Amino acid sequence: MHDMSAHAAVHHGPPTSFIRKHIFSLDHKVIGKQYYGLGLVAVTIGMVLSWLMRIHLGWTNYAIPGLHLLSQNGAPGNVMTPEFYLQLMTMHATFMVFFVLTVAPFAAFGNFFLPIHTGAEDMPFPHFNMMSFWTTFVAFCVMLLSFFVGDGPTLGGWTQYAPLSAVGKVGGPGEGSGVVIWALSIAIFCVGQLFGALNFIPNVLDLRCKGMSMWRLPLPTWAWFITSCMGLTSFSVLMPACILLILDHVAGTSFFVASNLVINDQLQPHSGGSTLLWQHLFWFFGHPEVYIAIVPGMGIVSHVLITNMRKPMLSHRALVYSMGALAVLSYMVYGHHMFVSGMNPVSSIVFSFPTLMITIPSTIIVLLWIGSLYGAKLRINSASLFALGFISLFITGGVSGFFLAQPSIQILLHATYFVVAHFHFTMAIAAIFGIFSGTYFWFPKMWGRMMNDTLGKVHFWLTFVGVYAIFMPMHYLGLAGNVRRYQAFVVDYMQPLVGVHQFITVAALFTGAVQLIFFYNLIHSRFWGEPAPVNPWQGTSLEWSIPSPPPHNNFGDKMPVVYHDPYQYGVESSQGDYLMQDSPEQVKNAHDEP
Amino acid sequence: MARFFAITIVVIAILSAIPIIQNTWHPVPDISAHGQAIDDQLSDTMWEAGLSFLASQILLAWFIWRFSGNRPGEKSKSFPGGATGLVAAAIILVGVEVFALGIFGVKAWAAIYFTEPGADAMPVQVQAGQFAFYFRYPGPDGMFGPIHPDLISEANQNFYGLDTDHDADAKDDIVTAEMAIPVNREIRLLMHAKDVSHSFYVPALRIHQDFVPGLDLQLHFTATKVGRYEIVCSQLCGLGHYNMKAYLSVLSQEDFENWLKKQAAFQ
Repeated sequence: MHDMSAHAAVHHGPPTSFIRKHIFSLDHKVIGKQYYGLGLVAVTIGMVLSWLMRIHLGWTNYAIPGLHLLSQNGAPGNVMTPEFYLQLMTMHATFMVFFVLTVAPFAAFGNFFLPIHTGAEDMPFPHFNMMSFWTTFVAFCVMLLSFFVGDGPTLGGWTQYAPLSAVGKVGGPGEGSGVVIWALSIAIFCVGQLFGALNFIPNVLDLRCKGMSMWRLPLPTWAWFITSCMGLTSFSVLMPACILLILDHVAGTSFFVASNLVINDQLQPHSGGSTLLWQHLFWFFGHPEVYIAIVPGMGIVSHVLITNMRKPMLSHRALVYSMGALAVLSYMVYGHHMFVSGMNPVSSIVFSFPTLMITIPSTIIVLLWIGSLYGAKLRINSASLFALGFISLFITGGVSGFFLAQPSIQILLHATYFVVAHFHFTMAIAAIFGIFSGTYFWFPKMWGRMMNDTLGKVHFWLTFVGVYAIFMPMHYLGLAGNVRRYQAFVVDYMQPLVGVHQFITVAALFTGAVQLIFFYNLIHSRFWGEPAPVNPWQGTSLEWSIPSPPPHNNFGDKMPVVYHDPYQYGVESSQGDYLMQDSPEQVKNAHDEP
Repeated sequence: MARFFAITIVVIAILSAIPIIQNTWHPVPDISAHGQAIDDQLSDTMWEAGLSFLASQILLAWFIWRFSGNRPGEKSKSFPGGATGLVAAAIILVGVEVFALGIFGVKAWAAIYFTEPGADAMPVQVQAGQFAFYFRYPGPDGMFGPIHPDLISEANQNFYGLDTDHDADAKDDIVTAEMAIPVNREIRLLMHAKDVSHSFYVPALRIHQDFVPGLDLQLHFTATKVGRYEIVCSQLCGLGHYNMKAYLSVLSQEDFENWLKKQAAFQ
C-alpha cells in the first residue's frame, strides 16, 4: 500500500534541458509518447510491407514502381523475387508483432497511464524506464539495418524455424547476416521489455496511493500488470534462445542444427543440435506473446466501454480473473503450434486440452462485455465504436480457435491461410482496434487536445468493413488448403484461388489508404484540435482528475487519495451520473465491492 | 449511428457465413481410409463454431441497437442473472463444447498416430530437401540401402547418397521424383529431411507432417481412390518453398507394378 519511502525514491524534479525533457526523459508520460511514436513509425513500415506483399500475391509479375530502391537484388525491373517476398513477409511480421503490437498497447499506453492509475508520481525506476525505451529504439534501428546489410533481411519468417535460421548463408539470401541482425535486434528488444516489466510490476505492487487497493485498480492497469508478468517470463526465454541462435552463426555451435545435413551438396559442419529445441523455446515465448498483444487491448476496451456505457462491467473481478487465467494458460498451450512438428503425438493431445480450455476465459470476457451492454446507455463515439469493433473482431478470431485447437483438424488447416486469418483477427487487428480505441479515448489526456470525432467515425466505418474484407476470405482460402508463406500459387489446386487473393489485395490497399484519415486526424488534432477539458468523457479513474496534459509529477504536490472502486457510473452524485475515484462523496447506489 | 452499426455487424456476419453454408471453398475430396473422421470433426466444429459466431455477433448487434443513447427516464439495469449466470454459462456451455470436441478429436488423431501399420504395409521413403521431394522404393530385396550423407549430390543425381558399389541393399533401390502407390494398400511412409525443415502436406490424403532434420518419422495411410494428387511443402524452407511440390499417383496394383518396373529401368 501507500509507502512514502517508495514515493521518495521515484521523485525527480522537472527537467530543464531539451534533451532531458524530450529525448532522454525520465518522465513516464514522455516515455509513453515515445513508445507511441515508435509504434506509429513501425506500423507504417509494417503496413507498407504488407501492401507490397499483397500486390505481389494478387499480381505476381506486377512491377511496383520504386521497389528496387528497397533492395539491390530483390526487385529486378521492380518485380519482386521469391526471396524478396519472403524477406518482406518476415519483416512485416517482425515489425508488427514486436514493435507495434507489443509496443503500442502495452508499453505506450501502459507507460503513460499505469502510474497515473495507481496514483503514483512516476515509475519506481525512472532511469530503467528511460533505458527501456531507448533499448527498444536501438533494437528497432538494428532491425531496420538488416535491409541494408549483406543480402538483406532474413527470409525465415518471424518464427525463424531452425535449422534454416541457423545454418547461415548457405540456407538462402538473408540467412547469414540477416538472421544474426534479426536475433540481435530481438535479444535487445527483450532487454528493453524486461526493463519495462521491472517498472510496471513494482509500480502496481508498491506505488499505489492511499486507498488504492488492488481491486480498485482500473482494468487497463490490471491488464498491463498481467502483461508485465507475462513479458518478464516469456521475453526472458526468447532472449537466450536468440543468443544461442547467434552463437550457431558466429561461434560454430550447433544448438539448433542436427548432424549430417546436406545443403547445396555440401555436408554441413554441425552436429548434435535439436531442430525442435528452437520451436519449444520460441513458442514458449510465442504464445504468451499473443496474449501480450491482446490482453492490454482487453483492458483498454473494457475501460472505454465502461465509460461510454455509463455503467460498470457485470463483474470487475471475473474479468480480472479471466485475464489472469489467459496469462497462466498461455504457457500451457504453446504446443498447438507444433501439432504436426514431429514432436510426440501424445504431446499434441496434451497441449490440445488447455488450448481448448483457454476458450473458457476468453468466452467469459466476451460474455461479460456483451452482458454489460445490456441495460446500458451507450454513447457512440470513435473510441466506443473501435471498442465494440474490437469485440466483434475478437469473437470472429476466437471461434476459428476452436478449429486450430484440435490436432486432427490441423492436419487440414495447419500452415494455411486459415491460421493467417485467425491470428490476424485476434492478436493483430483486434489489438490494433484496441490501440485505436485507446488513442481516441486518451488523446485528449495525452496531448491536451480533442480529436475530430467525425473523422474518427469515418475512419472506423471504413476500417471495420475493410478488415473483414481482408481477413474473412482468408478462412476460405485455408479451408481450400491454400498454404501460407507462398510467394505465388503454382500448385494446381491453389491456382483457382488467385481471384480471392486479388480481392484481398484490393481490400488491403483500400483499408491501408483509409489509415491516412487517422494520421491526418492525429497530426491535425495534435496542433489544432480543440483544447481538451480535464474530464471530457466524464470518466471516473484518476487520469480524469488531473489536467490535460498532466503536469510533470502527475498530481501536483498533493498525492491523491482514493475512496471508491474505479467505475462508479449510473450513480446519482453531485458530479452527475458518475463519481470520481478520488471523490470523498458517498452515494447510496455506489458499486463499491467489499 | 448505433443502429447502423448493429446492422453492419449482422450483415457482415451473414455475408461471412454464406460461402461456408454454400460450401464454396472446401478441402479437396478425401481419398484416404482414415480421412472421414477428420472431415466429420471439421464439420462438427464448423457447426459449433459457426453457430457461436452468428449467435455472439447477433447478440452484440442487438444490444448495441437496443441499449445505445441516453434514453432519459430509463434507468440503467443489469443483465438478468448477472455475472454469475454468464460465467456459469460460459464454463458449462463452452466447457462441454470444447470437451466434446477434444474427446472426438482425439479419436480422429489416434486413428492416424496411435495405431501401428500392418505387417504387410508397403514401405516408401520420402526425403525432403530444398526444394524437392524424392521418393525411394526398396526394390525386390525389400531392403533400403544405407544413406551416406557425404555422397548426397544433386549434381550427380545421387539424391539419397547411395553407394551402389559397396552396399548390396542399395543396388536395387528405386529413387523417383514422383510418388506412386497402389490403391487400397497400406503405405508405411518413412520420412526424413536432408537439409532444413519441410512438411509433407497432402490435403487429399488428409496427411500433414513436418520433416524434422535429425529425426526419422513414420506415417501410415491407405489411399482408396485411383487418381493424381498433389504433395506440397507447408513449412517455410527457403526461397523456393512455394514451388516445392510433387505428384502422388494412386494406381491399380497392376499399373503400380508396371510403373515401378519402368522406374527401375531408369536407375
